[in-house]
Amino acid sequence: MDWATLAVVWFLLEGALLMGYAILDGFDLGVGILHPFVPRTDQERRIAINAIGPVWDGNEVWLVTFGGALFAAFPEAYATVFSGFYTAFMLLLAALIARAVSMEFRSKVEGRGWRRFWDWLFFGGSAVATLLFGVAVGNAMIGIPLDVAGNFTGTLFDQLKPYPVLVGLMTVALFAMHGGLYLYLKTEGDFQERLRDWLWRSWGIFLVFYMLTTMYTLALVPRATSNFERWPWAALFVVAGVLAVANIPRCLHWGQPFQAFASSGTVIATLVMLFGLALYPNLVTASNDPANSVTIFSAASSPKTLTIMLIIALIGMPFVLAYTSIIYWVFRGKVQLDEHSY
Amino acid sequence: MDLVFVSRLQFALTIAFHYIFPPLTIGISVVMVYLEVQHLRTGDMLFKTAAKFWTRIFALNFALGVATGIVMEFQFGTNWAGYSRFVGDVFGSALAAEGIFAFFLESGFLALLVFGWDRVSARMHVFATSMVCLGSIFSSIWIVVANSWQQTPAGHHIVQMVRDGQPLSIDGEPVLRAEIVDFWALVFNPSAVHRLIHVWIGAFLCGSFFVMSISAWYLLKRQHEQFAKKSFSGALIFATLASLAAVVSGHFQANNVYQYQPAKLAAFEGHYETGPGDMSLFGIPDNDAGRIRFNIAIPGGLSFLVHESFDEPVAGLDRFRREDRPPVVITFASYHIMIGLGMAFVGLTLLASFLHWRGNLYQQRWLMWLFVFAVFGPLVANQVGWVSAEVGRQPWIVHPPVEWTDNGDLVVGPEGVVVYDENLGLRTSNAVSPSVSASQVLASLIGFSAIYLFLLVAWLFVLDRKIRHGPEPLDRAPEVEVIDKGLLRAVTGRVDHDITSSYPPAEE
Ligand code: HDD
Ligand code: HEM
Ligand code: HEM
Repeated sequence: MDWATLAVVWFLLEGALLMGYAILDGFDLGVGILHPFVPRTDQERRIAINAIGPVWDGNEVWLVTFGGALFAAFPEAYATVFSGFYTAFMLLLAALIARAVSMEFRSKVEGRGWRRFWDWLFFGGSAVATLLFGVAVGNAMIGIPLDVAGNFTGTLFDQLKPYPVLVGLMTVALFAMHGGLYLYLKTEGDFQERLRDWLWRSWGIFLVFYMLTTMYTLALVPRATSNFERWPWAALFVVAGVLAVANIPRCLHWGQPFQAFASSGTVIATLVMLFGLALYPNLVTASNDPANSVTIFSAASSPKTLTIMLIIALIGMPFVLAYTSIIYWVFRGKVQLDEHSY
Repeated sequence: MDLVFVSRLQFALTIAFHYIFPPLTIGISVVMVYLEVQHLRTGDMLFKTAAKFWTRIFALNFALGVATGIVMEFQFGTNWAGYSRFVGDVFGSALAAEGIFAFFLESGFLALLVFGWDRVSARMHVFATSMVCLGSIFSSIWIVVANSWQQTPAGHHIVQMVRDGQPLSIDGEPVLRAEIVDFWALVFNPSAVHRLIHVWIGAFLCGSFFVMSISAWYLLKRQHEQFAKKSFSGALIFATLASLAAVVSGHFQANNVYQYQPAKLAAFEGHYETGPGDMSLFGIPDNDAGRIRFNIAIPGGLSFLVHESFDEPVAGLDRFRREDRPPVVITFASYHIMIGLGMAFVGLTLLASFLHWRGNLYQQRWLMWLFVFAVFGPLVANQVGWVSAEVGRQPWIVHPPVEWTDNGDLVVGPEGVVVYDENLGLRTSNAVSPSVSASQVLASLIGFSAIYLFLLVAWLFVLDRKIRHGPEPLDRAPEVEVIDKGLLRAVTGRVDHDITSSYPPAEE
């Protein structure tokens, strides 16, 4: 393969990793966001945490691999994005740490105060991380000021414009709904009944933000749709996304929670695809001067590295999919607490 | 506030904290595999109880390793953008390979290991434990390969970046980066194998001393004695072998350092003047005087280690410009603490093994007390080992090559000092992120310090509760569990008497 093709292939693979991450970690972040609201008793809180207990770490590895692959395939973009969003990333790291340790520590000690504390940290970490992911996507859509070398030249406030914040809030609502649907599959009885109300609620909130974001994007982010002229078929993603959003209440009504969950996964997938499509061929858009944008061609590694990475990915990914399926299979069904649970 | 300084401090703090956990997980996972295999083989429930107990401790350590590891993964980009741009082409693939090959394996099978006791068969469980062990060993491979490449780069060339078909220059300076030429040469760069072996040994020491520490405490408190003796004696064998191996492998590393990073070795040993070298056992390096104060040394010892002859000259710090020398005091001190601890482990484990052989090890209460606290030894040795390797690499983040003449002298410039090719390495001061300010890093450094301090306290608190709680009492479980006997035995159909041997086992 020539270098340009390899670069595009890696752009697609990065997209696939991001999509895998958003769909999988999306639901466990969502479980965290719903944590203070839905479960009432300690038993229920444990059920919620144990619903994601065996899988959250594996889900997070998608993010780690996304980061590693970005470093390898597009080092310029890795350097620009991570140093440009310094403060946001530090907050994100703190949030991810909080989530990880709160699940581990929470149920190890009896005592109300102890458990309360970790419960709130679990919620806070999940909510903040989700919000930041959305804000990052929003900023990528509208671009940030960059100098010739690709270094961010603005301040933190350049990254807190209304659009990114709106995308951030939409992401929180989306993941809450996605997490709620997952939890619905893993629970039973009274807890599950109460979840139902939250599913409707989070769907409604998401719908509002979804529409607002769509209108804002169409009206004020011209780049978002410029690639549609090149590839008109891309409009199918929009249609698929809207259908998937509409399918969720239908499935809830007819009692098909698994289909509803698959639909919310589809919504996430279409959003990631539209995001990638809007960006292409940029990885980081310079809002001040288009010539300073970091594109997949200015950022890519050498053809040799991209090829080696492709081989690594081809060998590794089947294994990854195999372990992931095994784990989800072994831990299928409703959550049962035992002495080994969190 | 200097950006380079705070960035270095933050990196040092976060990696040092991360590095408390991986050696423990790697080491303990080996112990768990051993215990589960023993259980499968003998059917003795004691092994299963022990495996379950260590699994709980393992899971706790693992969670902290994961939480702090994510920080490491992203920090190259956030704080070391200059470095990431320079090395991404060669370094990134190691990091990505780590994610794909190691972390997925670990995190997947960890779920079976921790939550799967009642969901999968005993055999499947052993398999999961082995995979977690393998995964944690894998994760050390890629990251250590990447680090070794920074120390002794190979398999790459340095080229000017190309943008839109044109060579890229910014402000008249060509923008350079390293690109892969030979992947396997990169993976097997000159220090990678030495370093990996040494790092694994360090991890084994951590794991085995950790197990011995908790077991010794139970023995002193006269709790769970059967369990504690089994754990202790297994771990002791492991620790004795690892202690001996550490010295041997460390010696090979030191030789390798001399060849590729002679300034670092000179700093390790406080060797200021080129010439026959003594091996200092204790002292305080004085840079201004160019010698070690309060020195107690073995005459000719350094020459012997490097050349196997007591009077051959060894290149000293005087062969390097002042600005090309690593900080001597920290490097010297951390290196010497590691060696001292390494020797102490050899003594301690040999003594304990001897007493064990004589049969009166567990009566030596003082020794048991020593073992309770000895776990800090390997933890500290691992930390200071890295400090000496990393601080000794300064002022370079990617070390440029040095050349030797045929008769074993350093190739020097007209002024009698080594002239490094600046284009083949990268100075730490050029590696930071230009778009980040020192105050931003200071803020995050303070934030991380607070979070990590808090995590450390919470970790120790929960760990202490787990240790106090101890393993499950045996009488809750059936004494002997008949495990599926395997195809071969089932076919031969022989009634097996040996697997009914029950707890408590015959006197050891
Ligand atoms: C329990 C841990 C432990 C113990 C007992 C020792 N080491 Fe070590 N040492 C490490 C843990 C470690 C480490 C943390 O794993 C390092 C840091 C970087 C590396 O390669 O391994 C290290 C680095 C390191 C280096 C630097 C390599 C470099 O900069 O490239 C040398 C020369 C030695 N060691 C030599 C020794 C010797 C001669 C020992 C014998 C007494 C010894 N070490 C005991
Ligand atoms: C700067 C370098 C390092 C980076 C970027 C890094 C990255 C990471 C990441 C992202 C994780 C979490 C993986 C997950 O989510 O499951 C992790 C865990 C781990 N890392 Fe590191 N790491 C570094 C240094 C090291 C070193 C030097 C070793 C071993 C020699 C090591 C061994 C491990 C192991 C065994 C784990 C599994 C969790 C644990 O054991 O606690 N890491 N690391
Ligand atoms: C796990 C054990 C490790 C420890 C305890 C450790 C320790 C340190 C310390 C103390 C420094 C600061 C040195 C100074 O600025 O004077 C440092 C710097 C650094 N280390 Fe390591 N290190 C470890 C592993 C790694 C690994 C595995 C990598 C890369 C794969 C790595 C890459 C770096 C980089 C990029 C810096 C920053 C620049 C510099 O100051 O040189 N380290 N490390």
